[in-house]
Amino acid sequence: MTPLADLLDLDRAATTHVPWPRVLVDADTWLDVAALLGEGGWTLLSLWADAARVHMAIADDAVPPAVAVVSLDAEDGGYPSVGRYHPAAIRLERALRDLSGLQPEGLPDPRPWLDHGTWGVSAPLGASQGEPAAGTENAPESYAFLRVDGENLHEIPVGPVHAGVIEPGHFRFTVDGETVVRLEERLGYTHKGLESLLAGSTLDHAGRLAGRASGDSTVAYALAFARAAEAACAITPPPRAIWLRALMAELERMANHLGDMGAVCNDAAFSIMHAHCGVLRERVLRAAAACFGHRLMMDRIVPGGVAVDIDAAGLDALHALLREIGRHLPQLAEIYDQTASLQDRTVSTGLVRPELVRRFGCGGHVGRASGRDFDTRRDLPYPPYDQLRFTVAVQTEGDVNARVWVRIREIDQSVGLINQILPLLPTGAIRTPVDAAAGAGREGMALVESFRGDVLAWLRLDAAGTVARCHLRDPSWFQWPLLEAAIEGNIVADFPLCNKSFNCSYSGADL
Amino acid sequence: MRNLLLDGLLRRPVTDRAPKLDDAELTALAARIDVAARRRLGHSLAIREVDAGSCNGCELEINALQNAVYDLERFGLRFVASPRHADVLLVTGPVAKNMRTALERTYEATPAPKWVVAAGDCAVSGGLFAGSYACVGPVSAVVPVSLAIPGCPPTPHELLKGLLTLLGS
Ligand code: SF4
Repeated sequence: MTPLADLLDLDRAATTHVPWPRVLVDADTWLDVAALLGEGGWTLLSLWADAARVHMAIADDAVPPAVAVVSLDAEDGGYPSVGRYHPAAIRLERALRDLSGLQPEGLPDPRPWLDHGTWGVSAPLGASQGEPAAGTENAPESYAFLRVDGENLHEIPVGPVHAGVIEPGHFRFTVDGETVVRLEERLGYTHKGLESLLAGSTLDHAGRLAGRASGDSTVAYALAFARAAEAACAITPPPRAIWLRALMAELERMANHLGDMGAVCNDAAFSIMHAHCGVLRERVLRAAAACFGHRLMMDRIVPGGVAVDIDAAGLDALHALLREIGRHLPQLAEIYDQTASLQDRTVSTGLVRPELVRRFGCGGHVGRASGRDFDTRRDLPYPPYDQLRFTVAVQTEGDVNARVWVRIREIDQSVGLINQILPLLPTGAIRTPVDAAAGAGREGMALVESFRGDVLAWLRLDAAGTVARCHLRDPSWFQWPLLEAAIEGNIVADFPLCNKSFNCSYSGADL
Repeated sequence: MRNLLLDGLLRRPVTDRAPKLDDAELTALAARIDVAARRRLGHSLAIREVDAGSCNGCELEINALQNAVYDLERFGLRFVASPRHADVLLVTGPVAKNMRTALERTYEATPAPKWVVAAGDCAVSGGLFAGSYACVGPVSAVVPVSLAIPGCPPTPHELLKGLLTLLGS
């Protein structure tokens, strides 16, 4: 495929965009990029608007991939749709239109996405905010679900309030007997206006907000935001902070994977795994609290470094934790592997084809379980991962079972990473003061591997060094659509299992 | 598998002791819930959790209440799948406007007598999302709230203490 540099005149890139180039292009080049994305060599990383300008972040298929941001100035409030050529962009563009008011021309799906007609404004992030759409055209009741025609089909609407303790969203199943013919997702229920709140915030406040995009990935989001801010301000946090950040990120990964591993088994009615994984997860959170004073480690990563240091008691807690997980994980993995009734539910259930994860640039366990060998920690490495040894867990089967195995292997890798980090922890300061004014007018971007996949953070600072615009892209954007594909042809009763094996974030994607 | 089961039998239970309810703060909370209501509840509560737009951090800790360490059910507290079976709605999040109707409907579907617990800073005050065009703010702006459990997110221990206050045990 075409390397990025062949199409984009990277020498003309904005020098104020760090660390990857950002190039302002004309509509023709924009369409060339869209077409190349559609042909499948390149990966769409995100798509968003900043006032009357649209940006798309892309990566080519080189090893390591080259990353760039392509920008286009909208004309007459519109720009050529990327989703028309590349389906992975469709929901991002529907959201972009709801938030900014810019029209993606030719977008195949014109229905609203985040805007349910309840905000009292339209285009809250737009250059000029509008009156709310007249009447109820955006209301959930009048949302036109795609029609499915055929004999003996019926619909099952589920949500937004679900039966379990999970986030809200609506699922519309069309079923033939027990078999799901089609699933359509309707999300946006947890939209909180995060990107509007980020605009105008100081870096510290914005960091706290970013850490609440998706609570389960608070460390990853805080890290992505901090790295983007540090790139814009051209500062490097002290070495100790960099290593402590990785420690937190691996603890977060372990905690979430343990929770998911148990939850998947629970949805297959095998509760003993759930019980044991739940206890291990609790141990991780307690160790995190002992080390950093917060079970989920919220607000512990800040622009410039980290907010708290680890003491001797924290280190002891960590060593004890690693021993306990090291002892129990192989046991649990063995039970998972050798329980026929469990395997019967997870093997060959919820298949996602490798071709789909590649086209959607789907990261995390969903991508890796279907053969997409990508992990930002290795492929777009940030310190200290460039100095650590680990393997990226890749499976090829693409079923629920493969997604569980990716998790089990990643927990194991995280134990290994923490074991490497602890003896190498540098001494010294944990935070560098951030001179936000140094970043005035500059832009920063970062990609960070959360437990769920790559999180992207992008920001532009204004003349005073406060956030003018910040965009956060959750890995779920490219996973949710594949859940619709995964459930096709499965029985309704396997939906919870498939859903848990994905564990997409609602809040992260609803913003 | 056999080893794991045997281990479970031979080891001490992993479950924590019940929290002590002697905080002044909790006494004040308890005073707000009328005594008659508590009598009617007896010593068992069916809880329906409603995420009204949380960041999912609160859900993680509410889920943790059900693990073997906190073992919520030993106190007669359990989560139910439908508001129609619930005594208590445990609501999180700054009430995203897109969730407002769903929250109101869930409240209406819950049979009286019913109580609403707002869990987490977002549900208590709107938290960091207060003032957003997309959020109503505190849960109490939408449905009457009997008990507020602050924290971002509240720890399972804090949640447990709050819920036990409701039981008055
Ligand atoms: S209180 Fe904190 S953890 Fe809970 S929903 Fe709000 S931001 Fe998330």
